[in-house]
Amino acid sequence: MQDGESLTFPVEAGHIMLFARAVGDPNPIYYDAEYAAGTEVGSIVAPPTFVQASAQWDPGYKLRPTIGEPWFGSGKEPTGVPAPPGGGGGGTGLHAEQHYVYHRPLRPGDVLTATMKPGRTWEKEGRRGGKMTFSESVQEYRDQNGELVVTATGVGVRTSKTVGS
Amino acid sequence: MALRKSELTTGDVHEQVVVDNLTRTQIVQYAGASGDYNPLHSDEVFATQVAGYPSIFAHGMLTMGLTGRMVTDYVGDGRLLRYGGRFRAQVWPGDTLTARAEVTGITEDEGGPVVELQVTTVNQNAEEVFVGSAAARIDP
Repeated sequence: MQDGESLTFPVEAGHIMLFARAVGDPNPIYYDAEYAAGTEVGSIVAPPTFVQASAQWDPGYKLRPTIGEPWFGSGKEPTGVPAPPGGGGGGTGLHAEQHYVYHRPLRPGDVLTATMKPGRTWEKEGRRGGKMTFSESVQEYRDQNGELVVTATGVGVRTSKTVGS
Repeated sequence: MALRKSELTTGDVHEQVVVDNLTRTQIVQYAGASGDYNPLHSDEVFATQVAGYPSIFAHGMLTMGLTGRMVTDYVGDGRLLRYGGRFRAQVWPGDTLTARAEVTGITEDEGGPVVELQVTTVNQNAEEVFVGSAAARIDP
């Protein structure tokens, strides 16, 4: 999602279950509706970092293969494109920070609209990765009634060398 | 089960192992659930031969999601007001992560009492991989 764009993200019970499994969380609040009905929150809710999965609903998301188009991951060759992003041993983009503010829990049946706002950009000299360029983006998630439910602020970093041990 | 202000003290600690011997399959599960299919996280050939890493590595957001389990196990479901932090080091297949919350303060807002937490996740070498904070609604 680019600055100023928006997406629609339906919150679904099956998606919450898969996401909770992926983050290794066995809490039945994420899959067992009967159990959840007897708890304080009263229904299945989404785990704290679930809005990250709105990427599934981002039509132009670059980190998902587009049907019929070359993908930068490996197939016959180590990469399927001539100039893969993050390739050539350097210049890799990574996630530096993530912050959430919650106004209420997300529940199956919610339909969220996320709007991307640009944030700050700054530079820093890194210990291991050479020059690092940070850029911030702010996603506001509103529900079907237009109420703000989650604000997600992400910071990405682009380094001039590959970071790793 | 929510935390109670009357039973909390600054300096209280809750700690949990959130993954023991992280598998490539779990990283793939996270790719599938989150929708982030960056081959750096699932494609060993790409990660090593094209991008120059020693192996694939976990999404930062998987580390934050694993850590989130510790936070919600401690504060209860639907209680979080804020949660955030910084990715300090990469997480690799085989890593074991321990997530820790320490009470840094108990405050009050218009909705009632709030616990403020410092959140730190370390790997098996005691290296910090995620450092942040959280705040949650607590009972009186």
